[in-house]
Amino acid sequence: MNLRINGQQHTLEKGVTINRLLTQLELQPERVVLELNHQILDMAESLNIELHENDQLEIIQFVGGG
Amino acid sequence: MDKLEIAGRHFTSRLMVGTGKFSSNTAMQQAIEATDSEIVTVALRRVDINNPGDNMLQHIDRDRYLLLPNTSGARDAEEAVRLARLARAAGCDPWVKLEVTPDPYYLLPDPVETLKAAEILVKEGFNVLPYMPADPVLARHLEEVGTVTLMPLGAPIGTNRGLRTRDLVRIIIEQANVPVVVDAGLGAPSHAAEAMEMGADAVLVNTALADTAHPALMGEAFKKGVEAGRMAYLAGLGPQRGKAEASSPLTGFLREESS
Repeated sequence: MNLRINGQQHTLEKGVTINRLLTQLELQPERVVLELNHQILDMAESLNIELHENDQLEIIQFVGGG
Repeated sequence: MDKLEIAGRHFTSRLMVGTGKFSSNTAMQQAIEATDSEIVTVALRRVDINNPGDNMLQHIDRDRYLLLPNTSGARDAEEAVRLARLARAAGCDPWVKLEVTPDPYYLLPDPVETLKAAEILVKEGFNVLPYMPADPVLARHLEEVGTVTLMPLGAPIGTNRGLRTRDLVRIIIEQANVPVVVDAGLGAPSHAAEAMEMGADAVLVNTALADTAHPALMGEAFKKGVEAGRMAYLAGLGPQRGKAEASSPLTGFLREESS
């Protein structure tokens, strides 16, 4: 299935969960914050959410800034 | 020295620091350490999923520093509100340095969108610290909607040009009922001292520390500049005069007194 992650098109296997995706990307859930289809996710309650075709996922982290 | 109070929270340091543009996390840590700051700003960006890099938060002791997420990169109120909400969802205290800078060349804050975003975020329970043009009228409006500080710029972000807005910042300080934090453009400890002597409650610097080969040394220098400026403000500067007024007695010279 195709979906957009951070503004770019990606192809993932069907039924992949948030948790699985983060594991694949080697991102610990506590270092990022997610927005799925413009809704901010509560990480604790979202790890088992399955992603779907055409979803728009934003994976955000803190960086240095003034 | 007297403490800084923002939204009921007390701080010993009157110097806030940003974490951007340092050559390494170690340089950033050492600079922050040297400033004795208690408020540290960070930004939010998309993860580069092909190259996530390390987690910068692991380099900041959250028990020691209040993490102040900014909304840098926001071009309008909607984007700023979105970033503030994301920061809170990421586990930050509901404090936000509100930045709305649609102009990519001078990064000047948009007064209309900043005010709009401030109003929304205050209603959502955020302590809003707005980066703003040095405009005393806007300052009043921001206070009215409930921001917990005012953060007028000294000069455009990252320019190191000093307190170019001094006359307007002076009016903002005179009229403010919340702490005034001079943010952006301060490039030297003397710039910070000038703002503090004038009665600013705090200053925020980033580029000035990250731009030097010795960030920790500069951090300490800024700390001293801010402290010196605050002490001078508390002591009260002597009046400026147009003509000389001798410091030494004008009698008893080694010459004939003229009649």
